[in-house]
Amino acid sequence: MEIGELEVDPAVWGQNFPLHYDRFLRTREEYGRTAYGGGVRYDKLAEKPFLKLAWAGHPFSVDYKEDRGHHYAQLDQYQTKRTTEFKQPGACLNCHTGEFVKLVAEIGWDTLNRTPYNEFRERLAAGGHLGVTCADCHDPKTMALRITRPALENALKAQGKDWRQASRQEMRSLVCAQCHVEYYFLGEGKTLTFPWSRGTSVEAIEAHYDAYGFKDWTHAITQAPMIKMQHPEYELYTTSVHHQAGVACADCHMPYIRVGGMKISDHWIRSPLTQVAQSCQTCHRVPEAELLNRVKTIQDRTKELATTTEKALEDAILAIQKAMEAGVPDEALEEARKLHRAAQLRWDFVDAENSMGFHSPQEAARILLHATDLARQAQLAAERALAKR
Amino acid sequence: MSFLRSAPWLAGLGFILGLAGYAFYQGKGWSYLSNDPRACVNCHIMRDQYESWQHSSHRNWATCNDCHMPHTFLGKWTTKAVSGLRHSVAFTTGRFPEPIVITPWNKAIALDNCVACHRPVVEQMLLRPGVHGPEDLNCTACHGNVGHRALK
Repeated sequence: MEIGELEVDPAVWGQNFPLHYDRFLRTREEYGRTAYGGGVRYDKLAEKPFLKLAWAGHPFSVDYKEDRGHHYAQLDQYQTKRTTEFKQPGACLNCHTGEFVKLVAEIGWDTLNRTPYNEFRERLAAGGHLGVTCADCHDPKTMALRITRPALENALKAQGKDWRQASRQEMRSLVCAQCHVEYYFLGEGKTLTFPWSRGTSVEAIEAHYDAYGFKDWTHAITQAPMIKMQHPEYELYTTSVHHQAGVACADCHMPYIRVGGMKISDHWIRSPLTQVAQSCQTCHRVPEAELLNRVKTIQDRTKELATTTEKALEDAILAIQKAMEAGVPDEALEEARKLHRAAQLRWDFVDAENSMGFHSPQEAARILLHATDLARQAQLAAERALAKR
Repeated sequence: MSFLRSAPWLAGLGFILGLAGYAFYQGKGWSYLSNDPRACVNCHIMRDQYESWQHSSHRNWATCNDCHMPHTFLGKWTTKAVSGLRHSVAFTTGRFPEPIVITPWNKAIALDNCVACHRPVVEQMLLRPGVHGPEDLNCTACHGNVGHRALK
């Protein structure tokens, strides 16, 4: 049957592609927790109280839960206190509604970005749960992979790239990069923008923000101008050995599975740790236990590094607070605040990235090393300023 | 007189024909016109590949030619000629990587042949191939040990 250009209901697409649809429906399953993630909406703030300190004054310090499957992409955001208790722009809907393609056709991308999120509430409620849909990644006529999000298209264009020239394997990561990236809302129009003008490394992203003099919020304790990093999965992954070897996001998160006499890519998108045989063992012919142990080693080490960074950040924040309470003037604390911003955006790059370092272990370790160093420098700068007073 | 004048030429021609015939005989030249995988191990460079193929899942179904030669008449014999020439030069001069590495051209042939036999199974993965540019579905990236992998 013919699928309309603006058809966003997965059930309609499913009539032509029942095998894919059947797996896709399972993204609503809360399949449980992995060591550092999973598909259950557990409270991350309760598990790590440091987060409230790190993000003081930012909506994330009020409500931050693990995200569930793609089925809940709209629902989870619709319910979080970050939208119910704070004013957010419609730009959020770039990734948090399956109606995106339709909305852009109706009101245009600029209007969508600018309009307050809450003005869409009724419409979103009427649409039900509509999370990620087929239309987000597929062309309804050819079923080929496509990019529907202008923010990614713009970011690539700024680098002189065009997704229409991308290979099939590149597309199997780029469709994910429509949402699984660091982003911000640029200017009064709240234009969804990826900070990639200078590249996608954490330093290049920092340079992009510094050039704008951009801040997401002012830290409630240190008064530093802060950047809140948000799930830079694509950016971190592109520094990895898997990426170098030509492995795409879909190879591990949507591995080919056999359904009857057919092989399809698994549209039940989730942690590869739940299906090591399909995700890892097609390439790595070693026992499952060995592979799981390898992943655990990497993640435990990253966790250890991150915890060390968090201690340093906590000390830095408290040192700046102490200096402020003692009446150290703002000019004398400028250096410490700058360092606080630089340290925390690095730590957050790894913390917000959903793999606990696995997507690129050495790069994650490198970033956390710099974050720790910068945090201790921030602490020193604050202590020096206090001593000088 | 004409005999005396042509004798050196005839002798030269005879020498070359003899040498060629000897090389053809010693090199089992006729075997390259067959489909027999043993032809590939005429050359000891291929021994690891041959032995691991014998232990592979494809042994009973596919010979070297089924995967490495195009399935068309013209394609098959052109490929045999080109690859054969390249191999003879490479193995004579010794200028080739060890273990040997497949050329992009021959790899493309092999990948086509994966699909040629497995199309019913992978049909859903091949939806509208090439829409985004070069078709780069790479079966052997994951299934590298299916045809053969040198035994350790």
